Amino acid sequence: MKLHEYQSKQIFSRYGIPIPKGRVAATASEARQIAEELGGRVVIKSQVLVGGRGKAGGVKLAKDPQEAEQLATQILGMEIKGLPVRKVLVDEAAAIDQEIYFAITNDRAARKPVIMASAAGGVDIEEVAATHPEKIIKVHIDPLLGLRDYQARDIAASMDLPREYWKDFGAIATNLWKVYSGTDATLAEINPLVITKDRRMVALDGKMMIDDNALFRHSDLSEMRDIDEEAPAETEARKYGLSFIKLDGNIGCMVNGAGLAMTSMDIVKLFGGEPANFLDIGGGAGAETVAAAMRIILTDPNVKAVLFNIFGGITRCDEVAKGILTAMAEVKPKVPMVVRLVGTNAEEGRRLLANANMITAETLADAAQKAVAAAKGA
Amino acid sequence: MSILVDKNTRLLVQGITGNEGLFHTTQMMAYGTNVVAGVTPGKGGEWVLNGKVPVFDSVKLAVEATGANASVIFVPARFAADAMFEAADAGIPLIICITEGVAVQDMMRVRNYLDQKKVRLVGPNCPGLLTPGEAKVGIIPGNIAIPGNVGVVSRSGTLTYEVLYALMQVGMGASTCVGIGGDPVNGTNFIDVLDMFEHDPKTEKVVMIGEIGGTDEEKAAEFIASKMTKPVVSFIAGQTAPPGKRMGHAGAIIEGGAGTAADKVRALESAGVRVARHPEEIPSLLLK
Repeated sequence: MKLHEYQSKQIFSRYGIPIPKGRVAATASEARQIAEELGGRVVIKSQVLVGGRGKAGGVKLAKDPQEAEQLATQILGMEIKGLPVRKVLVDEAAAIDQEIYFAITNDRAARKPVIMASAAGGVDIEEVAATHPEKIIKVHIDPLLGLRDYQARDIAASMDLPREYWKDFGAIATNLWKVYSGTDATLAEINPLVITKDRRMVALDGKMMIDDNALFRHSDLSEMRDIDEEAPAETEARKYGLSFIKLDGNIGCMVNGAGLAMTSMDIVKLFGGEPANFLDIGGGAGAETVAAAMRIILTDPNVKAVLFNIFGGITRCDEVAKGILTAMAEVKPKVPMVVRLVGTNAEEGRRLLANANMITAETLADAAQKAVAAAKGA
Repeated sequence: MSILVDKNTRLLVQGITGNEGLFHTTQMMAYGTNVVAGVTPGKGGEWVLNGKVPVFDSVKLAVEATGANASVIFVPARFAADAMFEAADAGIPLIICITEGVAVQDMMRVRNYLDQKKVRLVGPNCPGLLTPGEAKVGIIPGNIAIPGNVGVVSRSGTLTYEVLYALMQVGMGASTCVGIGGDPVNGTNFIDVLDMFEHDPKTEKVVMIGEIGGTDEEKAAEFIASKMTKPVVSFIAGQTAPPGKRMGHAGAIIEGGAGTAADKVRALESAGVRVARHPEEIPSLLLK
């Protein structure tokens, strides 16, 4: 789950990392009011869950409350990479001396958390990473020990950070580790971490991602999920424990298991079709889940055929067949359906579907070809 | 011979009294797996499955009483890390964690701890192990594979079944099938299993099923090129997956442009691996 900048910075602040004064606004007049409270120059920052907001014109500096209102009006009317801006963060503007990149994330290859830090922080950090990888310092953290103080000092020294800032940097590093481990983050990033003209270190911008699998122990964070930023079908799918991603093609796919679901999409494409979605009904899905999955697939008007590929292991094919029948009675689909059932209780499943006016297939390749043909004929 | 599990495996089931634990223990025993004990805290002293399997309150007690030497874990995700720590602390040398949805920071702690203890972990979020005709540890259906000389290793669950089934359709069997799981941080990886297959006299050919995300397939390709004499056939799932989208498996996400299907296919092909366009092509590639 991605968090917005303002949410990430609230969390930073809770853990003792200094952030600029500011608040989030949903309207231009609110933005003006916040600017009046803050006094002086403010930054108006679009809150959307994509990178490159600044380069898209979604971050602007305002010299007074009147300009803050104007700019907020403009930014709140924008779309950034297809996402409408619904909120802006109004922060006091900082006088910046230096910009540092500082983040903790998972290094899956090393199976450890890794700190990444660079004295060349700011909006071009990805370019720095590509062209001058040596300017990015990487330090692994033992997940059983946590970040040690000496590691933070080493990072400060490697960045040529002046000694007067080592203590502040050490505290921020320790606290960012606490953010990362305390929230089950998969990313806790400060970019930039600035040194201001008046010699303070402040987390000017922040980005966090939280491990969905750990949300059970963070009910406060679960509530931060911004449903406006998700496709409605994806929200609906999550309710039923389904893994669903909408794609641009016209062949709906319902499969059990992520690897097999991806394979089914691949094979549809191999035979000249385009998948309309990724959908994994998971292991052990019952009739109700299957019915929900089918409703979700069929809400997409692009879908011209549906491919069911079920390899029964934990999932029982007869349960899936019952779900398909329930959903068909309810939604009365008008598109052709191709079904392939193999494994646990497959015969029983096929018997249940015998009178359901579906196209049956034996092999995966056969199923994909029939689905592609059906989508073209529809 | 086979790898990891065989007739001599004395299996313990953590979470044996849950729905999944009970169902799959029944299946494993029907297959002939030697299930010696179960653990469910608070239910020690009970017997399950018509009095055939004793239940203990802790792994330590179960090991002391039964000499269990492998454990399969079916507990819910929020308890899975603790179950793995417990098994390791009780001296179990081989842990197979079926549970899906374990938090990644939990897994980093588990993996680093188990490595220090030299405990082998398979999974989590995996279908387990099957040595056809000898033992089944986990949830791979027993009736979709026959004994043979093909070693199968896979990051996926049902896709693995698809491959075993396709092999069986043409009369080809498996020496051992290892589902290593699709999570970003897991226990045993491709290279560990490839190495075991290379040294297993019963395995003559290997099938490796990968998917997008991470760089384990690329590293496996290097290992195959430099260390393996046995032929390897592969399939990579997720060739049509859009970048940056998580496709169910926590691991199946393309990060920063690395780990795409095309990258993996290229790396494997340059290591001399024949890569199938779809799973049903695998048997014919093995015959070439």
